[in-house]
Amino acid sequence: MRDVCVVGVGMSQWGEVWRKSLRQLFVDAALKAINNSGVDHLDSLYVGCMSSGLFVGQEHIGALMADYLGMQGLPALRVESACAGGGMAVRQAFIEVASGISDIVMAAGVEKMTDCSGDDATFALATAADQEYEVFHGATFPGLYAMMAHAHMHKYGTTREMLSAVSVKNHKNGAKNPVAQYPFEIKPEQVAKSVMIADPLHILDCSPITDGAAAVIVTTQEVAKKLAKPYIKVLGSGAGTDAMALAQRNDITTIKAATLAAERALKMASKTINDVQFAEVHDCFTIAEIVLLESMGLYEPGKAGPATLAGETALDGKFPVNSSGGLKSKGHPVGATGVAQIVEVYKQLTGRAENGRQISGSLKIGMAQNMGGSGASSVVHIMEVA
Amino acid sequence: MAGIVGYGAHLPRHRIKVEEIAKVWGADAPSYKKGLMLREKSVPPPDMDTITLSVEAAKNALKRAGNVEPADIGAIYIGSESHPYAVKPSGTTVAEAIGATPDIHCADFEFACKAGSEAMFVALSHIDSGAMPYALAIAADTSQGAPSDALEFSAAAGAAAFIMGKKNLIAECLFTHSYMTDMPDFWRREHQFYPQHGGRFTGEEAYFAHTKGATNAILKKSGMAPKDFTYAVFHQPNGKFPQRVAFELGFTQEQIDPGWLAPTLGNTYSGASPIGLTATLDVAQPGDLIMMCSYGSGAGSDAFVWRVTERINEVRDKAVRTRKLLEKNLIYVDYGTYAKFRRKIRKND
Repeated sequence: MRDVCVVGVGMSQWGEVWRKSLRQLFVDAALKAINNSGVDHLDSLYVGCMSSGLFVGQEHIGALMADYLGMQGLPALRVESACAGGGMAVRQAFIEVASGISDIVMAAGVEKMTDCSGDDATFALATAADQEYEVFHGATFPGLYAMMAHAHMHKYGTTREMLSAVSVKNHKNGAKNPVAQYPFEIKPEQVAKSVMIADPLHILDCSPITDGAAAVIVTTQEVAKKLAKPYIKVLGSGAGTDAMALAQRNDITTIKAATLAAERALKMASKTINDVQFAEVHDCFTIAEIVLLESMGLYEPGKAGPATLAGETALDGKFPVNSSGGLKSKGHPVGATGVAQIVEVYKQLTGRAENGRQISGSLKIGMAQNMGGSGASSVVHIMEVA
Repeated sequence: MAGIVGYGAHLPRHRIKVEEIAKVWGADAPSYKKGLMLREKSVPPPDMDTITLSVEAAKNALKRAGNVEPADIGAIYIGSESHPYAVKPSGTTVAEAIGATPDIHCADFEFACKAGSEAMFVALSHIDSGAMPYALAIAADTSQGAPSDALEFSAAAGAAAFIMGKKNLIAECLFTHSYMTDMPDFWRREHQFYPQHGGRFTGEEAYFAHTKGATNAILKKSGMAPKDFTYAVFHQPNGKFPQRVAFELGFTQEQIDPGWLAPTLGNTYSGASPIGLTATLDVAQPGDLIMMCSYGSGAGSDAFVWRVTERINEVRDKAVRTRKLLEKNLIYVDYGTYAKFRRKIRKND
């Protein structure tokens, strides 16, 4: 297996980007990644996207994006794993480069979610849950995560204040991110007083719907060195799955797919979880961040909430989580999220995080964890400074 | 110079509070009250529609117009998105009711919420051209909002009427400017009961872009600045939007206050900025300049610069003031009564 690197990154504007279509968002991010890396060609393209068909009526977007990037002829494939599509696209690019099939691969993600009504967007997102056992019976994602939150609160005593602390911390980081959809700080009492969505989750516990794209150039260390641009090494890639429906899981206070993905990525990287210094994790809801930190072994079960409340996961804490602002503040264009997490880890490891968002100290190892639906699929990457 | 010879408004007495609607749908009343600055809205009772509202407003305009004979009115234009008939004009009935038939040109206008200001714009053009001594422009709506939709918290009813002419003016029209693009932010297709809208898109790309576009263009055309105006009236789909656009354009709360009716009136659609203008004229003094800018989805804005004349002091109390219609003698209804009034209950008949 060859060594794999990320050598250039790019992100489009994120938010309600009414004046850019699906393809324009992709091209904006892709061109930035190409220019940023200095590559003169691509060998192939993976595009993570959850549901362009339901959001804007467009499928077959691998070819479409290659076309609008001005690269007709390029092998191109869309990768779908609900909200984990972006991370899975990075994994496919990793596999293709590691295997020796290609030298320079773009892994991108894109989603255009605000062209349809809120009801239509909710429907599209719910297709990532189990239709027969969950959605047909009225479950929505806020509802599913609310059940996980209640179970976690019951079992471990996790509190409203701990959930709020996740949102407050991520907004504080996102306020320093120039592409964040909601780049402002919030207070814990605002979270607790915001509109109830699905008890105990208020609207400020939930990530938003977002238009946006992100792209990274995945290549060999040999190519990365020749380009003479900042790069990072991808030491490990792991993926995992779990029962789709919450009812089929033994324990809904943990996310097994993330446990498996993290174990596999760490094993490939020949690292332990204690080697990881910071992480981007999939905080689609505040409870998700707490559960994920525990599922991946970063904290003992029941300890991530108190640790968050104590500031351990803050930018200046002992284990910074979601320095980008996370899905909560940065936004969550579902198919692009996993790629944007890699962008943030790249920026942190190369010392390029903007506006005082750079984690202090000597960073060596970072992690990105991306997840589909209520955790039926997850993908983790372990990255190291070059 | 063309301008306003007589003006008048009419509003229903009935009101429903935001809390009453929110209670039924499990919605968050504070987010409407604080976020959109909506406290209550007018509700038209069962015997009130765009035609009857228009007749009442036109009669008030005639009272202030003084010696204008209805038979001398050469045109009647009614702008609304709730004309009672899909085919058959509202204007014919109104013209008949005020005694302006048969030698009169008539048309109903439709351009979402700016149909009323379009009627004003075209009526002024007739006067400028010298084709007729008087033209009547009416802006009226009994707006529709689907049950539980955000629009249901604002969709209200009301009318304003303006008799345009050249002599005995209350306010001269110094400048006009229209600004329009093909921006599909809000629509109702044929045979649909209620309009649909594009959420926040209707704010930034539609309302704010066009209201600012028209206002900035007329400021440039007139060589005037916001500080030159005593008052300003903007389209008011809720309380928040006109206040925000005013501030962003450089106008002050004091300038918009007299015509800022939406917090307790709701969104009267075609009637919104025209009714705001009537409330502003009610308190204006000779020489005052008034900026008015409508907005209609689809999308566009009509802007007007008015200069008030000496005659305002003679006529303002010849008919009821708009603030009195808004604030006095109100009847509060519950959601059930409102649903009945608005024909939201399906009966077996």
